Amino acid sequence: MAWHGFNFIPAGIKYSFIPFRKLFFLFSALLIVGSLGLYFVKGLNYGIDFKGGILIEVRTAGDKADIAAMRALFKDSGLGEVALQEFGRPTDVLIRVQRQEGGEKAQQVAVAKVKQILGDKVTYRRTESVGPKVSEELFWDGVYAVLAAILAILIYIWFRFEWQFGLGAVIALSHDVLSTIGLFALFQLEFNLSTVAAVLTIAGYSINDTVVVFDRVRENLRKYKKMPLSELFNNSINETLSRTVMTSVTTLLALLALYILGGEIIKDFSLAMIWGVIIGTYSSICLAVPILLYLSIDRGADVSDNKEEVAGEAT
Amino acid sequence: MIYFARWKVVLVCVVCVFGIAFSAPNFISEEKAEALPKWVPNQQVVLGLDLQGGSHLLAEVKVSDVIKARLEALRDSVRSTVRKAGIRRYSRLGVSGNSVTIKITDPKQNEQALKALRELGTQQITIGDGQIATDGDPLFTVELNEQGVIVFTVTERTTNDWSIKAVNQTIEVVRLRVDETGVREPTIQRQGTDRILIQLPGVKDPERIKAIIGKVAKMTFHLLHPRVSAEEAMRGRIPPGAKLLPDAEEKDPSGNPRMYLIQKKVMVSGENLVDSQPSFDQRTNEPVVTFRFDSVGGRKFGNVTGKNVGRIFAIVLDNKVISAPVIREPILGGTGQISGNFTVESAQDLALLLRAGSLPAALTYLEERTVGPGLGADSIAAGKIASIIGMILVLIFMAVAYGLFGLFANIPLMFNMILIFGGLSFLPATLTLPGIAGIVLTIGMAVDANVLIFERIREEVRVGRTPISAIEAGYSRAITTIIDANLTTLIAALLLYQFGSGPIRGFAVTLSIGIATSMFTAIMLTRLLIVTWLRRKQPEILPV
Repeated sequence: MAWHGFNFIPAGIKYSFIPFRKLFFLFSALLIVGSLGLYFVKGLNYGIDFKGGILIEVRTAGDKADIAAMRALFKDSGLGEVALQEFGRPTDVLIRVQRQEGGEKAQQVAVAKVKQILGDKVTYRRTESVGPKVSEELFWDGVYAVLAAILAILIYIWFRFEWQFGLGAVIALSHDVLSTIGLFALFQLEFNLSTVAAVLTIAGYSINDTVVVFDRVRENLRKYKKMPLSELFNNSINETLSRTVMTSVTTLLALLALYILGGEIIKDFSLAMIWGVIIGTYSSICLAVPILLYLSIDRGADVSDNKEEVAGEAT
Repeated sequence: MIYFARWKVVLVCVVCVFGIAFSAPNFISEEKAEALPKWVPNQQVVLGLDLQGGSHLLAEVKVSDVIKARLEALRDSVRSTVRKAGIRRYSRLGVSGNSVTIKITDPKQNEQALKALRELGTQQITIGDGQIATDGDPLFTVELNEQGVIVFTVTERTTNDWSIKAVNQTIEVVRLRVDETGVREPTIQRQGTDRILIQLPGVKDPERIKAIIGKVAKMTFHLLHPRVSAEEAMRGRIPPGAKLLPDAEEKDPSGNPRMYLIQKKVMVSGENLVDSQPSFDQRTNEPVVTFRFDSVGGRKFGNVTGKNVGRIFAIVLDNKVISAPVIREPILGGTGQISGNFTVESAQDLALLLRAGSLPAALTYLEERTVGPGLGADSIAAGKIASIIGMILVLIFMAVAYGLFGLFANIPLMFNMILIFGGLSFLPATLTLPGIAGIVLTIGMAVDANVLIFERIREEVRVGRTPISAIEAGYSRAITTIIDANLTTLIAALLLYQFGSGPIRGFAVTLSIGIATSMFTAIMLTRLLIVTWLRRKQPEILPV
């Protein structure tokens, strides 16, 4: 007796996605405008990777760190803005010191000063200091990486599909990236190198999802030459819905484990990824495909695609 | 019957066996892994500094200082060359930009000066190990400009060569110093033109090591000025050939450092030292640093001390006086001791610096990331738990959603983990905290290929295909989608590797390895399992 699976998304379902496209467009437009607004009004809470400065994580003896008393130690330190917060557990404190005026050397002087103020009573778990030169380089490297990724993906999709698909995918992708930035601005989560890694992975994941639906759209375009596009798109989404949901769930399960159990340092990273998976799933279904309606897809037989189909059958 | 080529079966088995072999050393202790015989894989995954604890330092060598010093030396050579050529009257001798300029008062002597200076250039401006460049790009130019000034310019090629040499020399000295502090397996390498990346695993006292690495430690011995005191010099004019320097420790009552007026001429310099050790003074029992000169240095030191008994000399370290003793008798043995206000530790550090030699230029830290051993261990533990729980959740979900076929996806998923660790050990790549996140993410995404195939099989079953043809069709139709989907993620991962730095690269590495191995396990291994099962059971309906 074989052991059967359980269909979370029943076969033959036909949810309406395409008819509600204007609603999705409105929602996404609001999301993007909101994200950009938050970015320009509140700005991002850049970590020391991009802003420069010092970050020191210490563990204090005893059950609970007296953060108020520690804060008082830094009152007349002349180090500028010093922020302290509990980190992960009550004994652990994260200390952030703003980037020091006076170039690279001043950072190291400040690190020594913080350690001198705190003394040997605490255990230093982590010391990070980034000077103005490196922080600027890291910032631009991050910007280039995200732009290069979007461009590379655009070229790839263009190469594999027609340009309309490439454009649809990149619109969906940019939507995901921008809204992730909006999320970071809204909650003032620390935006650092690992956030850039998260954004790039979100880009990869979102495009992955989009490609799967696009593949089905292309297949159906070939199969049903007469079917109205909106119906064909809606069918394609529904046919791949089970896969889309399944993969999103397994990815989210893994990410939830990482968020809850993976430690304090990668919490924000995991959160960004969780958001990215959800928004990436949404955008592939509700943005990338409906947008194709407006991009005048050529329904004539495409020679290169036929070739591919033959190759696919042969394997 | 569904066909699965024999060579593919062999390939799958071989890859799995190698995966197990290469990942196995990670599941036993380090000692046991090292004790394994040579012919089995015994490489463990290299942990990044964020997991094993240690310091990552990015430092910049101030090469502009080196270039400036060399141009000043060149200016002195220009002066002596011009004099040697019999030209007595000149003006405007100086350094500007990458050039030394000089104006010969009598224009008739210009030709002569140009010739002599070109000869000087050919002799002194060399690159590499003293070769004279014979190919196209010149190392220097000597020209007479419109104002009648001779401009001796060193080209960028030469200054680049000077920079490279300075950075290489710095790396050597830093390596000597780090080795002396007893750090195990440090990495010290050049980055870009003027930067050095220093990675020190397991460092306990990062501030001390940073201080030791970053000190120029240029030591020179000078006589104090015989007639003018420091106080007089501070009030009035400093006599020619003399210089005021502060004491490293001692302060006067108003809090300013005590000053010395020293003669600029160097008696002996630290370059002539062959050894230096921390020790204790025999009478006072205070910590001191002893040193020994080479024969040239010993002779010089003996000569100067012999001629200047009764006078005071200063031991200068990085433009600060660390000790200023009176010469009681000629010091002829080539050895001596420095008794500053040392602690045991500072005496040790100074002796270390003197043994390792001085840096050619100042070193500035641009970036520091230090992780203590406690946090590293915590991160590993958290990463382990997150991976295991994430894995279990995905395994359960897949089993519920696809039944027996879920199992056919789950076994390869576990093999995928083994292959990732095997790949990391084989390369060997460094595992960082973001790298662990990459592995966990891979666990979630790796089943995607199977999900795509299974969903396709379900569809094919629904349109009435037989089990075998449904599986065939499911695989062949899903494969292009799988490749498209994975390649896009791989593009993002590779760009991340290209632009990312440090730990983030670790994320890109595990993500890339994970994508590659998951495609293999999900397509090949799952298929092998399904085909084997089909042959055995010959089912009429698929339990998808």
